[in-house]
Amino acid sequence: MRRADTPEEAAFRAEVREWLEANAERHAEGPPVPLDHSPEAEAHHWEAAKDWQRKKFEGGWAAITWPVEYGGRGGTPIQQMIWNEEQSAFDVPAGFISASLGMIGPALMRFGTEEQKAYLPAMLRGDEVWCQLFSEPEAGSDLAAVRTRGEVDGDELVINGQKVWTTSANFAEKGFIVLRTNPDVPKHDGISFALIDMRQPGVEVRPLVTMRGDRHFNEVFLTDVRTPLDHVVNGIDRGWPVTTFVLMNEGAFIGTSSQTATSASALIEYAADAGRLEDPIARERLGEAYARDRVLSQLQDRLKGALLDGRMPDVDGSVLKILSAEWGHERAELASWLQGAEGLLAGGDAPVAGLWQDKVLSRGLSAVGGGTLEVHRNGLGERALRLPKEPRFDRDVAFRDLKTSG
Amino acid sequence: MPLELAEFNLSEERLEFRDTLRRFFEEHAPITEVRRVMDEEGTGHSAALWQSAADELGLAGIAIPEKLGGQGFGLKELGIALGEVGRSLAPIPLFASAGLAGRDVLHDAGQGADDWLTPIAEGKAATLAWVEERGDWDPAATRLELVGDGDEVRLTGEKHFVLDAGAAATLFVIARTPGSTRDEGLTLVAIDASATGLTLERPESLDLTRPVWTLRFSDTPGRVVGPVGGAAPGLRQGLDEATALLCSEMEGGMRKVIETAVDYAAERFQFSRPIGSFQVIKHKCADLLIDYEGARTASDGAIVAHDEGDPEASLLTSVAKSYMGPAYVRMATESGQIQGGVGYTWEYDAHLYFRRALASKALLGDEAVHRDRLTRHVARTLEAGAA
Repeated sequence: MRRADTPEEAAFRAEVREWLEANAERHAEGPPVPLDHSPEAEAHHWEAAKDWQRKKFEGGWAAITWPVEYGGRGGTPIQQMIWNEEQSAFDVPAGFISASLGMIGPALMRFGTEEQKAYLPAMLRGDEVWCQLFSEPEAGSDLAAVRTRGEVDGDELVINGQKVWTTSANFAEKGFIVLRTNPDVPKHDGISFALIDMRQPGVEVRPLVTMRGDRHFNEVFLTDVRTPLDHVVNGIDRGWPVTTFVLMNEGAFIGTSSQTATSASALIEYAADAGRLEDPIARERLGEAYARDRVLSQLQDRLKGALLDGRMPDVDGSVLKILSAEWGHERAELASWLQGAEGLLAGGDAPVAGLWQDKVLSRGLSAVGGGTLEVHRNGLGERALRLPKEPRFDRDVAFRDLKTSG
Repeated sequence: MPLELAEFNLSEERLEFRDTLRRFFEEHAPITEVRRVMDEEGTGHSAALWQSAADELGLAGIAIPEKLGGQGFGLKELGIALGEVGRSLAPIPLFASAGLAGRDVLHDAGQGADDWLTPIAEGKAATLAWVEERGDWDPAATRLELVGDGDEVRLTGEKHFVLDAGAAATLFVIARTPGSTRDEGLTLVAIDASATGLTLERPESLDLTRPVWTLRFSDTPGRVVGPVGGAAPGLRQGLDEATALLCSEMEGGMRKVIETAVDYAAERFQFSRPIGSFQVIKHKCADLLIDYEGARTASDGAIVAHDEGDPEASLLTSVAKSYMGPAYVRMATESGQIQGGVGYTWEYDAHLYFRRALASKALLGDEAVHRDRLTRHVARTLEAGAA
């Protein structure tokens, strides 16, 4: 439970609400609509997200905590949280834009040169959308094993290779990419982090269709792609610290996305309407799901509270990542069970417009995306519990001599 | 180097208070003393330890108002103290006396509270007896009827699964007025440990460090506390607070369990490596942390809600209890497994925590009871909102 607003916070909240009322629509009441994952719908959503980003920028809301010099508002994390809380009542196309801002923005502010930081305002305006080119077919959990080559040619870097699972690469104007610039040293020591233009020849994007039917991810093939050397962040072969900074950025946890349509409370409401609450087994399973929802939101409050006070968090972000993924899956499976035979249907023909079927089929997004749950458990064991690391065979071996599956 | 978890959400004063208690129990209630009491004391507790906890630290009256002889702190401080009792398994009746009897009397006794609370604050332990043979934790299931009218009544019958009855100077018993049903007619009766016609029996208990007792009354005299037939509202409030406090006690035990397991995994070598470097053990330890973080968050949420008079306090108590019971059992089980064969011996302490976890999960309603409560509550709230 969060403390009440101070008078200043209450005034800020009122200002936010007033602006939102004038510039956005509140969530519509009425029956749920089936989710549309068609390419047309996704393209439409993307344009709407860019428009919304621009509108926010013009209103001075695009990046509340960023310094004024980079186009931000120079505000506090608490103000950002108030914005998120208020915005959740409105139907706005939050897309991948805010996620990419939260990843690359802080990294550029921390490691970037003045010239590199000049990209920030266009990012905030929604004029240029960024994508994160990290994973590769041979570098998933072991991200430091990237093979995509960056070779210095005069004052440019020439890039050849392949990336995969790149969110929104098909819409992005710019990308930040992790490259192998030196294969003759141990893997972490030969990595560079660069900014590239996605709309140049040699960048080929192919959508990957997930099992739920969306085109959230892409493969990206890079052939003789060029970027100026001054677009390398933190210097050649010094990209690993930038990469881990982006990965560890906990800003993503500050977001309060409203998932009310697929909460345990929504499920209890569905079960009540469907006459399932006479069944004590249903009541027990729903009570378990509800308790988990509440525990998870209390954990999020703990993490948020620390971030807002500028304290070191007293709970590791991986705890939240694992619980929200695993409990989310179990909640979706509980919904299928409650729906019984009707759970065999999907989309507009299924109960609640197929929202729960969609949830069941998006399992991979949370169980693998952003690091597999197993990798997060390793992190908890080694970071939070300080257990010894596994013996490693690649610490002192040149990258080119490492064993791979391919 | 032993595991040190990030400290959680405690002010400097409270952290200092907790550390003082931790040192006290490490010194006065090491596990050797816990086992000695377990093996040798028919009463199931250490009277000397309870007396010094009351005299030196004022634990007996920690959450009893100052004007009644207590320390006047809130549930948060009582919860911290119980956490240290849960961590050390110290054989003292703090939960029964301050958590169960103390809270119920506070809410039920009205004007006469000081008659009953002052002795509790001084260290004369009390307990609360409400469950009967069928083991239903809902006080509405009470069948024991009182005889007589006015403040002096007599009881004939039984109460079961009573905590720390062997330590209690006063036994607070829930009975009902003849012919009444459900919550109506429930009455709180105080019975002196030396009353005529009272026998205490100690059946063999799963939890070796906190046995349960059976009370038998044969025309046993007692005094009514609070209004005749009017105990239910205060009793439900008291039981709710006691459930949140039990969660605090469980949290302390869970912390000890994870510390033990992770320290063992870091120090035990097999295949020329610490076993904690193997992913399978590392992931088990990560799961212990996940269970523990949820537990300390949920128990704190319930206690704070009660302390602040949050209308959701009862709901958050069921959230905590339903989540923590299975989590504590899971943690105690896996912690034993990480320790391999020795984790299953009598000599190692893993089974003492495993037994405490199983007993705590059942006490005051297991996860099935509290999940059912949650669903019904949310459904009612949604219905009221739609109306």
